[in-house]
Amino acid sequence: MKKWASIKSNLPSALLIAGVLLLWELVTGAADLPEFILPAPSTIALSLAANFYLLIGHAGVTLTAVLGGLALAILVAMLLAIAMDRWKPLKQALYPLLVISQAIPIFALAPLMLIWFGVGLLPKVLIVALVCFFPLAVNLIEGFNQVDPEAINLMQTMQADRWMIMRSVQLPSALPYFFSGLKIAATYSVLGAIIGEWLGARAGLGIYMLRAMNSFRTSDVFASIIVVIILSLAFFKLVELSAWLVMPWKRKPKNSTED
Amino acid sequence: MRLIDKLLLEGISSTYFSGEQRLPVLDNISLHVQAGEFVTVLGPSGSGKSTILKTAAGLLKPDRGRVLIGGHETTGTPQLVGYMPQQDLLFPWKTLKQNAALPLLAAKSGTGEAYARVEEMLPVFGLESFADYYPFQLSGGMRQRAALLRTMLIESNLMLLDEPFASLDALTRENMQDWLLDIWGRFKRSVLFVTHSIDEAIYLSDRIYVISERPGKNALEQDIELPRPRTKSILASRNFATYKQVFINALAS
Repeated sequence: MKKWASIKSNLPSALLIAGVLLLWELVTGAADLPEFILPAPSTIALSLAANFYLLIGHAGVTLTAVLGGLALAILVAMLLAIAMDRWKPLKQALYPLLVISQAIPIFALAPLMLIWFGVGLLPKVLIVALVCFFPLAVNLIEGFNQVDPEAINLMQTMQADRWMIMRSVQLPSALPYFFSGLKIAATYSVLGAIIGEWLGARAGLGIYMLRAMNSFRTSDVFASIIVVIILSLAFFKLVELSAWLVMPWKRKPKNSTED
Repeated sequence: MRLIDKLLLEGISSTYFSGEQRLPVLDNISLHVQAGEFVTVLGPSGSGKSTILKTAAGLLKPDRGRVLIGGHETTGTPQLVGYMPQQDLLFPWKTLKQNAALPLLAAKSGTGEAYARVEEMLPVFGLESFADYYPFQLSGGMRQRAALLRTMLIESNLMLLDEPFASLDALTRENMQDWLLDIWGRFKRSVLFVTHSIDEAIYLSDRIYVISERPGKNALEQDIELPRPRTKSILASRNFATYKQVFINALAS
């Protein structure tokens, strides 16, 4: 029942996409556009199929950078947020810097990463981490801010130690904030890796895109864009799924019991 | 001469700061709770009743005055007491069992041991089949009972209960009062209870302190000499009505 409802609610946008693709196909056919300007959807699909394994290979490289960067960003954001929650002067000193750091465009930083760390995996991991770090850190700090002081009072009257208060009150109550940060970070992360690869890499979706572009294989560019979209969407869904798994108390429907 | 008081508050004065504003909350409040006694602080909303409990628990440091628990000064240092704040404060991310086990885990019990202890107590609180429910799956009355169970598992003879039934509907509230008296009789704890309901205060207490409107001052101390165990029939008794008149007058002045 529920599944049918969700299919039904997605039907209009699915129809719209199908309509646009159809129109696109017809227009490119009728107008006789050169393929390097605008390839037909069918040509893109053929490119996707022909280069499937090649694309998978490149996607794997990008994915490694994304996962590495995301993991690094989560680790650093978590440690920093905990430290800033514990020592307020640290928070006062660092928070403004955090915000300022966001004003530095990633396009300006990425070349530096490459100059310092070469064209291997490391600079991409760092770029992804840089992009993902901010939404994660800010959300976590906000989450720790929002912890109910009464809850901490209560734990103190039980003589709970700081670690127990962190584990059983502060972390779980910051989790929803963490996951909304992670949703943003997950969508940025793929983008970050692609930017890193554009500036120099041996493999990855970014470099595949760049090579296709330089040789005017426009259908291959589109094919790689599709892979990027799928990757980003998959990440987003993965975050949603892990939020659902980690926070069972947030699951709906709410069937309350009356006495 | 009486025995050493379980809890003694002496000349407590307290101020609430909100931005630039200084708001005097308590003015020279004194009260005591003897071992095994059920004492209630009765006062209008905003008379600083919650501040009294928080000060008693050591969560707030008063401007003046001192707090003694079992003869030891504890002013401004959080103590191991059965403190139950106004909202039930069950953590939404923990099941009933995990919530109730918190005081035991804080006291460094093993998880298995703590859960076993909770399971053992669940029937007393009428919660036996709800151990693995999350708070949002429980009714208001069940949540209050779960919070009381958690409070009861704090290894302290002193319980500080801040309007625990304020959020409940009238019927559930009356059931919970009987049930609290039953539990109190069984476990022999000293209770400092806060409410703004005159009926609730008389029905439950051995002694009642009336606190005036902000800043809270001692307005009246009154023993309640109604026989125990109490049942709802005393609500219609003459003695009850006499007490009620006393408190209505005290709160009106």
